[in-house]
Amino acid sequence: MTSRGRVPLALAGPAVAAVGLVLLPLVYLAVRAGGGGEDAWRILVRHSTLELVLQTGALVAGVTAAAVAVGVPLAWLVVRTDLPARRTIGVLAALPLVIPSYVAALALLGAFGPKGLLQELLEGPFGVERLPEIYGYPGALAALTLSTYPYVFLLCAAALRRLDASLEEAARGLGESQLGVFRRVTLPSLRPAIGGGGLLVALYALSDFGAVSLMQYDALTRSIYVQYRSLFDRTPAAVLALVLVALTAVVLALETRSRRGGFHRSGAGAARQPARVALGAWRWPAVAFCGLVLAFFLVVPVVVLAYWSARAASFDLAWAASGRSLLASALAAAAAVVLVLPVAVLAQRHGRWWTRLLERLSFAGNALPGIVIALSLVFFAANYTPFVYQTLALLVLAYVVRFFPQALAGVSSALNAVNPRVEEAARGLGRGPWSVLLTVTVPLIRPGMLAGAALVFLSAMKELPATLLLRPIGFDTLATEIWKFTSLGAYSRAAPPALLLIALSAPLVYLLTVRSEGEADAPG
Amino acid sequence: MRKVALLFPLVLALAGCGDGGGETLTVYSGREEEIVEPLLERFEEATGIEIEVRYGDSAELAATIAEEGGNSPADVFFAQDPGSLGAVEQEGLLAELPQEILDRVEPRFRDPDGHWIGTSGRVRVVAYNTDLLSEDDLPDSILGFTDPRWRGRIGFPPTNASFQAFVTAMRLSLGDERTREWLEGIKANQPKLYEKNLPTVEAVGRGEVEVGFVNHYYLFMAKEENPDLPVANHYLRAGDPGALVSVAGVGILEKSDAAERFVEFLLSDEGQRFYAEEAEEAEYPLVAGIEPREGLPALAELQGPEIELDELGPELARTLELLNEVGFTS
Repeated sequence: MTSRGRVPLALAGPAVAAVGLVLLPLVYLAVRAGGGGEDAWRILVRHSTLELVLQTGALVAGVTAAAVAVGVPLAWLVVRTDLPARRTIGVLAALPLVIPSYVAALALLGAFGPKGLLQELLEGPFGVERLPEIYGYPGALAALTLSTYPYVFLLCAAALRRLDASLEEAARGLGESQLGVFRRVTLPSLRPAIGGGGLLVALYALSDFGAVSLMQYDALTRSIYVQYRSLFDRTPAAVLALVLVALTAVVLALETRSRRGGFHRSGAGAARQPARVALGAWRWPAVAFCGLVLAFFLVVPVVVLAYWSARAASFDLAWAASGRSLLASALAAAAAVVLVLPVAVLAQRHGRWWTRLLERLSFAGNALPGIVIALSLVFFAANYTPFVYQTLALLVLAYVVRFFPQALAGVSSALNAVNPRVEEAARGLGRGPWSVLLTVTVPLIRPGMLAGAALVFLSAMKELPATLLLRPIGFDTLATEIWKFTSLGAYSRAAPPALLLIALSAPLVYLLTVRSEGEADAPG
Repeated sequence: MRKVALLFPLVLALAGCGDGGGETLTVYSGREEEIVEPLLERFEEATGIEIEVRYGDSAELAATIAEEGGNSPADVFFAQDPGSLGAVEQEGLLAELPQEILDRVEPRFRDPDGHWIGTSGRVRVVAYNTDLLSEDDLPDSILGFTDPRWRGRIGFPPTNASFQAFVTAMRLSLGDERTREWLEGIKANQPKLYEKNLPTVEAVGRGEVEVGFVNHYYLFMAKEENPDLPVANHYLRAGDPGALVSVAGVGILEKSDAAERFVEFLLSDEGQRFYAEEAEEAEYPLVAGIEPREGLPALAELQGPEIELDELGPELARTLELLNEVGFTS
């Protein structure tokens, strides 16, 4: 599957440099944990640390399973069936991605918490005094599923869009039933996308602090924040963060195992879009499923935010902050996709142990909470490159470092579906590696690149901890505007910028999903 | 590409010219923008010194300053609590403040070594629902709330820094054992736990709980949004372990004339009247002779347990363990 011969230096150089940048936080952790002496490592053998690891693992497993269970059927329904209003559903289903997890958790608490909106509704007519407890595991699971299922949804939708019709048609021709085709052809082709999406979900759940702290669920990140925020001790925090890195390795190993199998198209000519599956009698249950998902994960938070906004004494719409959010996030999305390309191409097209390792290593820092990544860049930039410290460039770099794997997931799963022989043919015609990459590969994997860029963009829009510490002074973004009020506990005033964040992201999601679908639909 | 490279130094030069006019001062502020921005503007108007502010969480900014080592762009650290200031002091990054500035406040409100000074005071109180309780129903000591008659009626934010500082103060004055007994007594009364102070006060207002252990000024913020909120503050008797008076404060990272003028301004009569007259949080002015917001008891009448504020930071680790053991936090 992979081309023989030497690995082109023109790709290897940039790839090594990109991964080097992404690994800066790990270097920092090693410096901090190493400088602490034996005392710092004692936290590792505290009995509560093991308990935290188990609780964190349980949460990550639950969130990943839930995100796959929600994201895969949604993607299939939207892309491959005649579901009514599928384009609208496709846009709306991606939107929860931009809701910061602390806002998601606040909104779920506002809706389903003690004395929340739901109880208020039920108390009058039905005299309901208590709802089932939302604090702890169920609340953290719900809030994190809300924030993460769009990863699976977006990556699977992109994979389904470029799935070649001929494979499924061949299977149909060989007598497989509709369900059999799905199980034996569609699902295996989706495996890289599901694995990639699930990986992003798991890493997000490992790194999240907002949802677990509001839902009062004991995860490792909560412990790390206590070390920073209450005890001002950076060494035990670094040791605990290294535990997260170790957990990342476990998650990566699991994902690698799930990748076995899968295939790409081998026929001549270009891939065609298959006909849409007619849902028939399943139409309305399918609509009900989509409606339920959207109601719980999008409508509920939006309604709660709108309700809070209405209570606010006054508010200004933060247009300047919106502009800055858009600017920084767009730059981050573009930079991430460019930096990711050589890494992904090397790993998939020039498969050596070290190119694959390079790709895996780029995930290593992704389970770290934002504060760790922010402080590591503070450390390096303030002490070694003061001219970039607290500039927009450094903020963008922070986003790239934090969200590199999201761009990688988009690009890799797209590459996986392109037959390398097309590229080999171009190489055979005497083209150089970058030329092939730009003129052959990139056009073929454009939907995947756009999906990757979209993931980075939407994640950067809501990023808070690194934004707070690394932005240029006075560079207020929507995320910092929301924080300005949530840090006071003034939720009514935090709600308008949160709604604005969702509203601004909607057109982008539309462009990246529906429009690219339109192009795929077009003949040619 | 070439052109861009040539333009770059030009842009830098232009940017450099821009702020050549006046002095600028860089402030890291753990105090919220919503609260202190008008005060900082007042300083700019009064002195012509331009301020650039990086807002953030006090503790995260303290960690940032520590990571920056000696290379912080910040001249001044304006923090929410003595713990954050103490952490930066421990790194040896705070300059000594001039004695005449330190003398503006009582010794109990500043660092004994003179590296930071309190700029405003916050008092631990019991916020209570005025529809459901009258002040006579309330004990004059925080210790009284372990009585079973308070079962299901108490709320507080256990992860909040001010709450944890109050428990630390109780430990320092009563010892660990009696503090543990108190915490267990409160736990037996099945309190409701909140994320922050303001939601706690709002919950008291809704009658979800009847009393909340909070800082005194959240009442004023809650009333800003809902003037009819049926909540009032109950002050505990002087010296009570629950009556801690703590401060927000300031320290200088990079000594300069502008930095000293900033600290001077925060402790000037004008800077202090800000808390009394217009700040959204009605904190206490600390300088003698400046009356607090109408309706607040005089600062001189308020006396927490006999402890030093700079002990709170280093003792916090043990407090967190205790809260964890009793089952209030992780």
